[in-house]
Amino acid sequence: MAIEVRIPTILRSYTGGAKVVEGAGDTLGDLLTDLDSRHSGLRARLVTEAGALHRFVNVYVNDEDVRFLGALDAKLSDGDSVTILPAVAGGAFGFAAAAIGDQKLAPTVEPDRRASAADR
Amino acid sequence: MARYESLLDACGGTPLVGLPRLSPTVPEGAPPVRLWAKLEDRNPTGSVKDRAALFMVRAAEEAGQLRPGDTILEPTSGNTGISLAMVAKLRGYRLVCVMPENVSTERVQLLRMYGAEIIFSPAAGGSNQAVATAKQIAAEHPDWVMLYQYGNEANARAHYETTGPELLRDLPTITHFVAGLGTTGTLMGTGRYLREKVEGVQVVAAEPRYGELVYGLRNIDEGYVPELYDATVLSRRFSVGTRDAVLRTRQLVEVEGIFAGFSTGAILHAALAVAHQAVRVGRRADVAFVVADGGWKYLSTGAYGGTLADAEEALDGQLWA
Repeated sequence: MAIEVRIPTILRSYTGGAKVVEGAGDTLGDLLTDLDSRHSGLRARLVTEAGALHRFVNVYVNDEDVRFLGALDAKLSDGDSVTILPAVAGGAFGFAAAAIGDQKLAPTVEPDRRASAADR
Repeated sequence: MARYESLLDACGGTPLVGLPRLSPTVPEGAPPVRLWAKLEDRNPTGSVKDRAALFMVRAAEEAGQLRPGDTILEPTSGNTGISLAMVAKLRGYRLVCVMPENVSTERVQLLRMYGAEIIFSPAAGGSNQAVATAKQIAAEHPDWVMLYQYGNEANARAHYETTGPELLRDLPTITHFVAGLGTTGTLMGTGRYLREKVEGVQVVAAEPRYGELVYGLRNIDEGYVPELYDATVLSRRFSVGTRDAVLRTRQLVEVEGIFAGFSTGAILHAALAVAHQAVRVGRRADVAFVVADGGWKYLSTGAYGGTLADAEEALDGQLWA
């Protein structure tokens, strides 16, 4: 079963520079294990030791966020397209705002919340 | 009543219009599936960001964080800056915007016209460079106030108190709400309100998928999720690439006569996906989505004409949402 996986620039050191690789698996978790057998170290960059998707990684199956499809248990089918991207909500400027936000005016929403939101 | 004491009082109260031609056709006897566009380009400066800007400035005034003559600093790729510039002008503040140099020229001209000062961060170097520039400016001006739209609860509250109630009033049968995911304020505020009032409502996010430049982090740990974001408010989240966003933006003006920016095309793409799924399972759906802004500010990209491949190339590396 072939599933196309798009790799972001920062993780291409694990795929020999390839933008797109192929893998197999009935679930996202299976797919990442399969990929790791050929691209050693990739899985550890995406999945925490506790076995959840890394907070700053977004994975999409056919353009839909897997966190709303069962996360690592999300079901995959032949011909699916999987895209991996670092979390950059708000474009690059989300980072800039966050970087100086603490110095200027403390966020009125507790930062703790981002962890719970992203790890869900 | 369409008379207001000042431009600030004319914020919100935008029209919700049906899209009879873009709504999917359902088989005879099947329940209707309808698309509705919330025209946020009808706000004072032409984008949904007017709501957040007004609420954030008012909240800072009420908290004593902003006093007349103060300088507001905001890193923004466009619309929030334009909204803040208008509000700042009318409320008596100076606005300094920090923005990447790869935004459209219309945005820069608009900001300057509204009286904002602009400091550019280089496009090359991606987000790392933007962070470095923003930090440096902040350190040099400790007295400037940043409203920080990504973590400011007044951003989401603007939508909880205005956008959500307007939608429910105009479309009591709403089943889906679809909006863009940036600061997450629109989705969090409107989504929370609708979830409290409408059983089973689906809150759907459409996030733009940019060219690789925007994702130019050194490693995953430099990633960023806005403090406002709470995934439990959402039902689904779609990543929409440039090509699909352009295709839908063109369809919206060609078929329904609504001239919108490309982020709206991304939102429409997600709205059509949920609408067609409703048709497949034979379920009634009233899908309301946000038209975040008009297309005027993006004309110079050239992406409204030519082939989709040309348009995709024209927008590559730009922050089109």
